[in-house]
Amino acid sequence: MRSRPAEAPKTPAAIGLSLVAVFWLGLIILLPLVTVLFEASKAGVEPFLAAVAEPDTIAAIQLTLLVAAIAVPLNAIFGIAAAWCITRFEFKGKGLLLTIIDLPFTISPVIAGLVWMLLFGAQGWFGAWLRLNDIHIVFALPGLVLATVLVTLPFVARELIPLMNDQGTDEEVAARTLGARGWDIFFRITLPNIKWALLYGVLLCTARAMGEFGAVSVVSGHIRGQTNTLPLQIEILYNQYEAVAAFACASILAGLALITLLLKSVLEWRFAGELAANRRH
Amino acid sequence: MTASAPAQPTNGVPENFTPPHPSLHTNRVLPGFKVSLGFTIAYVSLIVLIPLAALAARPWEHGWAGFWSVLTDGRVLASLRLSFVTAAAAATLNLFVGMIIAWVLTRYKFPGVKILDAFVDLPFALPTAVAGIALCTLYATNGWVGSLFAPFGIKIAYTPIGIFIALVFVGLPFVVRSVQPVLADFDAEVEEAALTLGASPFQTAVRVILPGLAPALLTGFSLAMARAVGEYGSVIFIAGNMPYVSEITPQLIIIKLQEYDYAGAASVGLIMLLWSLVILAVINAAQLWLFKRGRA
Repeated sequence: MRSRPAEAPKTPAAIGLSLVAVFWLGLIILLPLVTVLFEASKAGVEPFLAAVAEPDTIAAIQLTLLVAAIAVPLNAIFGIAAAWCITRFEFKGKGLLLTIIDLPFTISPVIAGLVWMLLFGAQGWFGAWLRLNDIHIVFALPGLVLATVLVTLPFVARELIPLMNDQGTDEEVAARTLGARGWDIFFRITLPNIKWALLYGVLLCTARAMGEFGAVSVVSGHIRGQTNTLPLQIEILYNQYEAVAAFACASILAGLALITLLLKSVLEWRFAGELAANRRH
Repeated sequence: MTASAPAQPTNGVPENFTPPHPSLHTNRVLPGFKVSLGFTIAYVSLIVLIPLAALAARPWEHGWAGFWSVLTDGRVLASLRLSFVTAAAAATLNLFVGMIIAWVLTRYKFPGVKILDAFVDLPFALPTAVAGIALCTLYATNGWVGSLFAPFGIKIAYTPIGIFIALVFVGLPFVVRSVQPVLADFDAEVEEAALTLGASPFQTAVRVILPGLAPALLTGFSLAMARAVGEYGSVIFIAGNMPYVSEITPQLIIIKLQEYDYAGAASVGLIMLLWSLVILAVINAAQLWLFKRGRA
């Protein structure tokens, strides 16, 4: 079976469709990006730097990095463990487990924040006990991490499961019969086979973790300089009509998004065969 | 002499040997089953299942009556209607435009098409708050796009149209990325057969290619719809958040939380989640039906 090769649009219909696609992508996707970069640079370099060097903004950047640095490795380890048991063994309830892993993609970010309030908020199940013992979860770092972990849970697992399913167990079983121990099999056979897909999943997970807004907004409490991540800082600045500062912060995150897209495209073009089947263009 | 000695198997396998159960044999060659499965189950329980159990348990604090009064509250109903109608409308528009974009990106070659392809994923990568303030600025009456419509008395930002625009932005990549791989793998011979048998290119597209794309289109639609219903960050800036008019359901949940009405917030959250799951189930069933019909 072969598919039709791409060709230059020649017929009027082909040219028309191409124009529609280019126009729509330009209007809906590119124009908002251009707006961010334009609004951030409009006032010049100095207001931009002043806005970024604001102590609250620096604290927000540090907090964003810290939350991502905790949440992403947790979900990477989870993704590997989940992919290992799902693709290497047969057990009952596998379909149910796959559905549960996908759930965070379906639930609203606001619900992903709300559930932690229901558990650990002042009126939550454990609220009174936490207050008694002076433990802070919501409106503090642990709440931000939990909300982020929930929202970004599927990313690594979803990349690894189809890939490891396709690769099969032949190499690992061979190593086992030759006497290799568990971790040797993992580090010397499995990991080299999945490294690019793992990196791809970690990349998407990191981008989402640093940009997450709805879920962290619910559990953050919006304490300036303490529990505001960069996306929340953008909201506060924007609502206070500090548009230049808001767009300066937004342009940092937009820059991160562009780097993410670039790395993602490089991984897709360079290592297409070693990424999950649905990523092979 | 031959009768007294027990029969010795010629291949050296002891008589009382029973081979391991075949499924167990293939199942447990590799190590780490219990550890990885145990960790996975513990992790999803702590992060997903227990929190969702809290969501399912909380609305009943004031009994059925309490839940029912939230469910039938005019403001809640208005927000649910707004969220689901704008999400469905945006997903529908994305269905058509996303199909055209996927077609152009896989079938045509022109300068910059690869870069355009990479940018389709921008709504996945761009933080929603960034998209939110950008769209709000762009579609406000003094913004680049909003100012084009303002002379005709059409306001986009701070109205349901603004919500629709934000949801179109958020949902577009789902449709394009669902359709693209199917289109790229579409068997050229089927298409060429239709063309040589006298079908026009348009007939070929609608009657030969479109049916093959239908399951992927439905997947894209349901993903875009599910995402749009719960979307918060890119919507709240442009929405205006007027109760009964432009207040989306996620916003209402946050308001109820800020009023310490946890049961109310959980009720609205649960209703929204259940509605989303019902819609996903219906679309899944439609997909299964299409799949079966395609094979028959």
